[in-house]
Amino acid sequence: MSNQSNRFEIQLNGEVHQIEAETSVLDLVNSLPINPIAVAVERNKKIVPRSLHAETIIEAGDHIEVVTIVGGG
Amino acid sequence: MGSSETVPGNTQTHNTPTPLTLGDRTFRSRLFVGTGKYSDAETMNAALEASGCEVVTVAIRRVDLNSGDNLLAQLDREKYFLLPNTAGCFNAEDAIRVCQLSRELGLGDWVKLEVLGDRKTLLPDPVGTLEACRELVADGFKVLVYSSDDPVLALRLQDAGATSVMPAGSPIGSGQGILNSNNLSIILEQLDVPVIIDAGVGTASDVTIAMELGAEGVLLNTGIAGAKDPVAMAHAMRHALDAGWFAARAGRIAKRRYAQASSPTEGVLGE
Repeated sequence: MSNQSNRFEIQLNGEVHQIEAETSVLDLVNSLPINPIAVAVERNKKIVPRSLHAETIIEAGDHIEVVTIVGGG
Repeated sequence: MGSSETVPGNTQTHNTPTPLTLGDRTFRSRLFVGTGKYSDAETMNAALEASGCEVVTVAIRRVDLNSGDNLLAQLDREKYFLLPNTAGCFNAEDAIRVCQLSRELGLGDWVKLEVLGDRKTLLPDPVGTLEACRELVADGFKVLVYSSDDPVLALRLQDAGATSVMPAGSPIGSGQGILNSNNLSIILEQLDVPVIIDAGVGTASDVTIAMELGAEGVLLNTGIAGAKDPVAMAHAMRHALDAGWFAARAGRIAKRRYAQASSPTEGVLGE
């Protein structure tokens, strides 16, 4: 019951994603099943600098974008 | 040409083109190669090696939440200069956003700016491109800007502070080579910043033609990645660039309507 109320929805890379309350950007990135070379994170279209990933707490309804480097021309 | 020979008119002794200086950086190869569309990392790495390139272009995308696979994880980043592009952006705002993300990713201030105007032709939006170029230069970026072959736009982009203007030979990925050598020649004549021909290369001779026109370099991706044997094509592209660079400086003969004998016309037997 309490667990349920502690979870909320965000938009992650354009898709609905459930996270626990008090999740930081760093927690989120570490929880993703990815092994990227490097990531950059935007929260509501503003870049969250790497130095602030640990202290930036994600809120309900946030739009989070996690991007990396891929092959391109 | 052997390494001990000297190219006339050039004080350097070498068998490869001189390095390319863009802004405050110097690159050993004038061939810039994209890292897109490779089937596997092994082929990509072998093709990049065969091309002799130093600058490779990359894209910035959302991480794939379902698959950790990323060919670039196997790219030797110590060996190459990564030039992020803004491919897929259709307005200045999105392109600037990608450049800022690129900076946050640790890729520095160098960007290949593309603001596209049309999904079918992937031709640049000249207005959005110019607007984004101005803003990025003001924000401290070194902007290598993808352009159409319009000489007026090329000049405007130079005035906006572009580090290099990169007109398309033909539409991206079309393999049509150099379609408007007249416009490209005018651009090459008018601009002071280095001009790199970007896009449309289908085969090695296209690269040679671009360099013979006087381009400072060539950027390509699909021409290598899409070839049946990408490594062999990368090898060909490398040598095609060298051939065009030397030919451009060697002073070609004039074209004539009729033949001119190569052998002596005197002393022919039977005369």
